[in-house]
Amino acid sequence: MNNSKLGFINNNRRELGMLGLLIALIVITSWGTRESGVQALFESKFLSADNLKNISREIGIYGIFSIGVGIVIITAGIDLSVGSLMALLGVVFLYFVTPPETRPDSFLAKIIPEIPWLAAVLFTLLIGTAIGVFQGLLVGKLKLQAFIVTLCGLLSYRGLARFSADDTSINISDSSQNLEFLRFLGEGSLSDVLSNGNGSGFLHSIPMSFIYLLCFAIFFGVLLHKSVFGRYIFAAGRNELATKYSGINTNIVIAFAYVIAGFCTAFAAIPFCIYTGSVQPATHGAFFELYAIAAAVLGGCSLRGGEGSIIGILIGTAILIVLRNMVNLFGYPTPLSDAITGGVIFVGVLLDQHGASSIKRIFSKKPVSGN
Amino acid sequence: MKTELEKPSFALSMRGVNKTFPGVKALTSVDFDISKGEVVALIGENGAGKSTLMNILGGVHQPDSGEIKVNDKIVTIKSVSQADSLGIGFVHQELNILDNLDVSANVYLGREPRKLGIIQKNIIAEKTNPFLKVLGLDISPDTPVAKLSIGQQQLVEIAKALSKEAKIIIMDEPTSSLTLSETDKLLNVISDLRDKGISIIYISHRLGEVSACADRVVALRDGENAGVLAKDEITHNRMVSLMVGRELERTTNTNGSKIDQSKGFETKDIITSTYPNNKVSFKISSGEILGMAGLVGAGRSEVAQTIFGVDPNLGGSVYIDGKEIKRGSAKASINSGIYLAPEDRKRTGLITQFDVSMNVSLASLEKHSNGLGIINNESEKITANQQIEKLNIKTPSAETPVINLSGGNQQKVVLGKWLSMNPKLLIFDEPTRGIDVGAKAEIYKLMRQLADKGVAILMISSDMEEVIGISDRIAVMHEGKITGILGRNEFTEENIMHLAVGGSSES
Repeated sequence: MNNSKLGFINNNRRELGMLGLLIALIVITSWGTRESGVQALFESKFLSADNLKNISREIGIYGIFSIGVGIVIITAGIDLSVGSLMALLGVVFLYFVTPPETRPDSFLAKIIPEIPWLAAVLFTLLIGTAIGVFQGLLVGKLKLQAFIVTLCGLLSYRGLARFSADDTSINISDSSQNLEFLRFLGEGSLSDVLSNGNGSGFLHSIPMSFIYLLCFAIFFGVLLHKSVFGRYIFAAGRNELATKYSGINTNIVIAFAYVIAGFCTAFAAIPFCIYTGSVQPATHGAFFELYAIAAAVLGGCSLRGGEGSIIGILIGTAILIVLRNMVNLFGYPTPLSDAITGGVIFVGVLLDQHGASSIKRIFSKKPVSGN
Repeated sequence: MKTELEKPSFALSMRGVNKTFPGVKALTSVDFDISKGEVVALIGENGAGKSTLMNILGGVHQPDSGEIKVNDKIVTIKSVSQADSLGIGFVHQELNILDNLDVSANVYLGREPRKLGIIQKNIIAEKTNPFLKVLGLDISPDTPVAKLSIGQQQLVEIAKALSKEAKIIIMDEPTSSLTLSETDKLLNVISDLRDKGISIIYISHRLGEVSACADRVVALRDGENAGVLAKDEITHNRMVSLMVGRELERTTNTNGSKIDQSKGFETKDIITSTYPNNKVSFKISSGEILGMAGLVGAGRSEVAQTIFGVDPNLGGSVYIDGKEIKRGSAKASINSGIYLAPEDRKRTGLITQFDVSMNVSLASLEKHSNGLGIINNESEKITANQQIEKLNIKTPSAETPVINLSGGNQQKVVLGKWLSMNPKLLIFDEPTRGIDVGAKAEIYKLMRQLADKGVAILMISSDMEEVIGISDRIAVMHEGKITGILGRNEFTEENIMHLAVGGSSES
């Protein structure tokens, strides 16, 4: 792991720069939230065990679906449907584990049976993947524009989620099943899962979603950077025509990226709705597609395709989450958080594309014209 | 000063025009004249400099030196709009028409009469009508252009030129996508315009049309004036010999010996999407190089792409060593040993940002991976280095992005991709376009070596010297049909050109 990371830094200025930004953010936040007096950075609120646990849980969930979106972006596509799909799958998943009589009066509520939670997990993954297959065929095979296809997804999955939940919130607490272990898997820590809720110590501060993310990162990292299929993804993203002229069925390669995105979104949707405890379909997962795109772009994926890495996407996700946490801890108004996030992404990407000189140029223009 | 009444005054004269593009001398001291109410045909092989000369006249390019006079006044034409205001209209081969607008909106595009910023639609329509009448276009000015045939769209372009008060209209291959009756109509329009005193420069490869409408023929060859034919001198043969001109010193062809007629490639009745009514059949023996000549647009690349499987399979069959092969995708063709080094290397041949090794291995990654689909970088690199050595690819390393290599070395990377596999038929589409002389010779040598190893080779080329120098036989295409296949003893530029402009092989 460490070795491949070192090779990475040598080859990828982008990831290195963003890693620098992440470290800077961590240092700033730690410094700004340290206890009064001159105390060590490590005793800051930011670096407290609870805060780190929360951050890593969020990084876990956001990271998983960002990997899916990132892979789509590497094929020169885009997936805007992620947030809405999370809402729809959240509703579906909670319907699977709650008795029909507790559900609102809507058509999905009537046709979805109550099934054991493990089956519910599998079916939710299956539905998410199937939606990925559908979008993938539309984009890869029928050559519809990815932006349009997934924009339709964004609108219709959210609408479907709201309609089928009758626009009310669906609560996991309505379930009559014993969901304790599912809760450990979803929002608990590694030691919760290993020792049935009696965990403590270091393992207790590692949330399961972070573990999932590590597994996803390793699996998709190998797939993308070491396998034939990954090479095809990059090739199709760079130059689809030339890839086709090398005998590769780019339609399938591109379609498969959307399948991966659907699966990743479904996988992230489950711990996310367990963590929130309820799904309010109008707002659940809102803007997640944009966070995913931001994470991927920050991490070095080019919207023109053919560029990017899993490690970059992870760093991009971490930057987003740490930024939001910083805004929180500093006591800035929460609504400002997106504005600050947007500003940091902008400066980061600008710096990366044009170096420090362009920023200087932008700010030096005014005095020059003033003279 | 006396006016010289007897001396014809030229509407336009170009003298000693020179133009160099990076690495290419496109025009060398070219003269061109046209007088009022004259139709001059400009002919020449691909790359003879016709387009460059006209682009200079149309304000697209600036000449390095030379003099342009319009109505005896020296002018410099720095932009397309300046050409417009001098009365020079350009109807391009690729129509510049917006098919989401109606006829009058296209004619007056960018010059719409307006009041308070609002376009005066009815005024435009009124103004457009007379031009349509002149051209015999019986349509309403508010007809959407999308509803018009290509021929009608062409006339709309001419109407646009006329509405700008063009005195000289340049038509670049105006009939290349017209039907026979549309072509006749256009030729009538041209003679009407001539009678109205408009000068027309007519660029065409179709020598029949040229002799039908031109008052004079100006031929260019290799960027120089090749000669002029007056009205009564215009014949098919004289035009061909002007275009071809020089005798070629033949590149000595060392071969023929290893041709094995019993093996090789054959295609029967394949159909391309560009010319769906024409079936193409030919045979290339193992060890043979079949050159394929023809003018741009003759459908040669389409034949290659159809055989290779990147264009749709519309019928016909393909055989390797007598066995019919599966078709329908590039993958299927590649599996049968049919490879294509395409015309546009950067667009279809290479992923230019990928390094040499990744490009070489792209089509054969399965060979370089284990059962789980994980790439073995070692084996990939070894193959790439073998090809670098074998093909003498000049690159700092196998990890250098191919975008940093020269054209010739990029072409070798494309070849390296296929030679690392097992070729039966290797199709080269314009293999030496944009490649320097040294690398050209290497690629020719390589082709012959491959042929000697038993590979069948199809070489599509617009470079006469190359086709004649390298091929064992030459197939000539015209409008989607093979108009003739020439054996060694029939290789002359005249023969090829004759077939390329649609003549049959008997005459």
